[in-house]
Formats: sequence, C-alpha cells, structure tokens
Amino acid sequence: MYSKDGENYFIVDAHVALWDARPENQRNIHGKQFIDCFYDYHRNLSPEEEVWSYEEYLYQGGERLMKDLFDDGYVDHAIFQPAHLGAFYRNGFGQTEEAFALTSKHPDKLTYNHCWDPRREQQGLDELKRDAERFGLKGVKLYTAEWYGDSRGWRLDDPWSYRYLETAQDLGIRNIHIHKGPTIRPLDRDAFDVADVDHAATDFPELNFVIEHCGLPRLEDFCWIATQEPNVHAGLAVAMPFMHTRPRYFAQIIGELLYWLNEDRIQFSSDYALWTPRWLIERFVDFQIPADMTEYAPLTVAQKKKILGLNAARMYDIPVPAGLDVAPVEQEAVSVA
Amino acid sequence: MMQAWKALDEVMDPELDEPITTLGFVRSVVLDGDVLTVHLRLPTAFCSPNFAYLMASDAKDVLRDLAPHVLVVLEDHHDSDMINRGVAADAGFVGTYGAEASRDLEELRLTFQRKAHAAAMERAVRTVPLERLRTLTLQDLPESKATEALRRRRSALGFGTAPDALVLVDDHGVPLPPGDLPLRLRFARSVGISIEGNAHFCRGLLRTRYAMEETA
Repeated sequence: MYSKDGENYFIVDAHVALWDARPENQRNIHGKQFIDCFYDYHRNLSPEEEVWSYEEYLYQGGERLMKDLFDDGYVDHAIFQPAHLGAFYRNGFGQTEEAFALTSKHPDKLTYNHCWDPRREQQGLDELKRDAERFGLKGVKLYTAEWYGDSRGWRLDDPWSYRYLETAQDLGIRNIHIHKGPTIRPLDRDAFDVADVDHAATDFPELNFVIEHCGLPRLEDFCWIATQEPNVHAGLAVAMPFMHTRPRYFAQIIGELLYWLNEDRIQFSSDYALWTPRWLIERFVDFQIPADMTEYAPLTVAQKKKILGLNAARMYDIPVPAGLDVAPVEQEAVSVA
Repeated sequence: MMQAWKALDEVMDPELDEPITTLGFVRSVVLDGDVLTVHLRLPTAFCSPNFAYLMASDAKDVLRDLAPHVLVVLEDHHDSDMINRGVAADAGFVGTYGAEASRDLEELRLTFQRKAHAAAMERAVRTVPLERLRTLTLQDLPESKATEALRRRRSALGFGTAPDALVLVDDHGVPLPPGDLPLRLRFARSVGISIEGNAHFCRGLLRTRYAMEETA
C-alpha cells in the first residue's frame, strides 16, 4: 500500500518477471541482443538514480524481487507474466520453476501466469491442461513475436490459437495478456498490429484481453478496438516510465486511454525488472495532466487508485482491504461507425 | 557526398514518418573508387525486420545513379546478414525471406503512408472551426509547414493537391461524410500522438545504444 496526502492506494503490479539473461543461459547472440535491448530501455527511460548496473540487470533472483516489489516498492500483489523466448535462452527467459516456487511460498502476494505457444499444437494443448491445474492459472501471457522453428511469430486469430483460447475458457483461465513484438508470420505484415486481438475479443466475450504496452507503438489502433470491445484492457507496461523522460507524452497516453476506454480498464505495471515499482508509483500519484493540455481532464484520485491496483484486483479476484476500494463506473462501449 | 546525403533525405522511416537522415539512422556515407558504401544503424537490434528491409532497400534505390556500385550495410541488427545479402542481390523482400514472407512490402508501406496522411491532415486543420471543415479546400489552409507536410503525404498516396481539393478525405482519398468528421479527426489525433511518441522513443534509444550526445 502507498499513502500520500491522506489517501491510501492498494497496489497491484500487473506485469512482473523473474528472468535469467546471464551469459550461461543465452543460447545464441539473440539472447544477448534481447537483454541489451531491454537494458537500453531501462537506461533510456529511468531517472539516473534508478539505473542498475548491467550485471544486476541480467538476473535478480527471488529475494531481490521480493525486496524491490514488496519491501521497497509499496506493491501489495504482483502478477508474473513470463516470456519464454526459448529460441534465445536455454532455460527460457522467464524462470518458471523459480517464479512458481516463490508464488507457492507467498500466495497472498504473488500470482503466477504461464505462457503458451499455439504452434506447439496438440502437445502444447495437453501441457496447458496440466499447467492450468499445477499452477492454478487465472491468466496467461502470450508473446506473438516468439520465434519457434522457422516461424518468427503468430496471430491470436490463427486456428490453433483459437483452440487454445477455447481450452483456456473451459479451464477457467479468463485473463489473456497479449504482448506484441517486432516479428510475425508472415513477416511482411505489421507485427504490432492488434487487429487479431479485435477478432479474438469479439469471439471470446467471456475472456479479458489485456494488451500490454497499451498497444504501443500502435496506441491508436489499440484505442480504436478497445472502444468497440468492452473486454479489451490496457496494460501500462513500458508506458509508465515516460512520466519521467517525457511527461507530456505520458499525459497524452493516459488522456487517450481515458478518452477511448475508461478508468476501469487500465492497469498499472512496473514491468519489473525493466523498471522498479517504487519510483513509478510515487511519481504516478504525484502526476497531473499539464494545465495547458486542456483537451484532457485532470486525473482524479479515484482514477489513480483504480489504475494502480483496483482494476487488476477485480480482474484477478484479489481481496482489497476494507476502505480502499472504489466502485467501477458503469459505461457502455462508445458506439463507433 | 553531399549529393548522397541529400538523396538519403528522401528515404523515410515509414513507421516514424521522418527521413532516416534526421533520425540519425545513417552512420556514414563513403565513396571509395566506384563503390559508394552507406552504413545504417537502428535504435535496437530488434527493430522490425520488415521496416529495416524497407529502409535499407530504399536507401540503395535513391543512391543507384550516384555511383557504379552501391553497398548498403545495416549494422547490429538481428537480421543484418540476411537483409544485407538480400539488398545487395536486389532480391526483394520475398526473395530475401522466402517462406517467411507472403508478399513484398508495398502494402505495409501503404498502411503507414495512410497513417502519416491522417496525422498530417489533423495537424493542418487543428485550428479550423468545425463548421468550416466540411467544405475546406487546400487553398483555405495557411502556408505553413503543416500544410506543406499534408501536400507531401497526399502526393505519396496519389491524392490531388490542386487548390480546390477537399482537405478532409479518408485513407482512399474519398471525402469524409460530415457526420464522421469529429470522430475521424479525434482518431487522427491519436495516430499523430502515436507516431510522434514512437519517433521520440526511437531517437532516445538510438542515443542510448550508441552513447551519442543529445543533438535534437
């Protein structure tokens, strides 16, 4: 919980990872390129005093994660959203066993989401059923730019993908987090396009689709589909640190999301270990839309409380202590031509 | 060399709607005998290979007449070898990527030319009152950078640039129905925010990646 100016904020960090990018786990040059790219994100968008050394960045371990999130970071509950990246890392990028062990030890603080790859077809589908039971899955994280064999991506509306979504629905896995990346098959398409999520959200109305990075770099396409699909939500991974480097751009992102969606469908995350939650939470509570940007209404305390934790808590049935909750707004999807 | 740099000013990053020269993506241009060599670099090793390919092959195209041999080298990209080989052989995107690609990149380019047009259109009319928008023609716009940018984006898409051409058109050049204007312009504004935000982020990442001094 974070308290400021007499207000108490229940914090859910909806996207965290326990990764291992150390050289001994790198399968090839792409493992190094991938973590270097993350480290450049980290160095480029963090305040100077929050920048880690490269060695720290490669691997944190469970103890450090618990400290950064819960001791120092005000977080009440965090959700693992692992990326497998099996083509780049020998034991995968997200550390399944370590993260699940930590979750088992701290079930009140952590939720473990797993991942699947529909290109593994029946074998992966069988594994999904076992994983759902073993991990008690409420959600999954899907990375459509994952490399697999000679394919460097997939779409959420591919036939096998739909079989996985149907199975997830049967198994009670309701929350589908989607992360777009730079590659797709076929490679001539725009890999960041979210049209496939639009189709899936229409065909699976009982599932929640949380698009990570709120669709960035295709914010407008994301907003357009989220306006029409009430089960599409915005994850703020990667968007949050723009508060520091470019507050006016961050104001535009939040302003657009509040305009096209509403305050009940936006989720905070630090994207740990890309960034740590402490400074992001402190700055977000202090953040305000600049006064001259009159196209957007000022952010309210209630909106900040929902974004920082209450929205994700509702999606994941995470109990919110008495007195900290705020009721959702009733709003129909805006009708568009 | 000036001629080569000037030619490269015409090569756009389709996603960011800016020339690769002002984005800092051209690291060097060197003429050695018959061979003109251009080194390109991008903000991350994982920039989308389709956009990387487009910029590299467009760079080669604009330089073709300036030297007997033109060599474009994309550095530090996860697909550098593949793209450099494909561009050197003029293999095209499908020829370079084989089964991974279903067609060449003109449709991808068109998608982003349309986005760039929508954003430029909204920027050009931002201060025009709603009641004037329906009949607004290019000659009604003040001579400004925004108007010039709109004309360029229209030309790229093959839309007319005559003084009496209607300003508010859809992605195909068809005039927007008056009832749609507020929502379409609101959406076009989001497109512009997206493009500008991405461009800023990419510049920052390039500086971080190559430890460059702030120039913009």
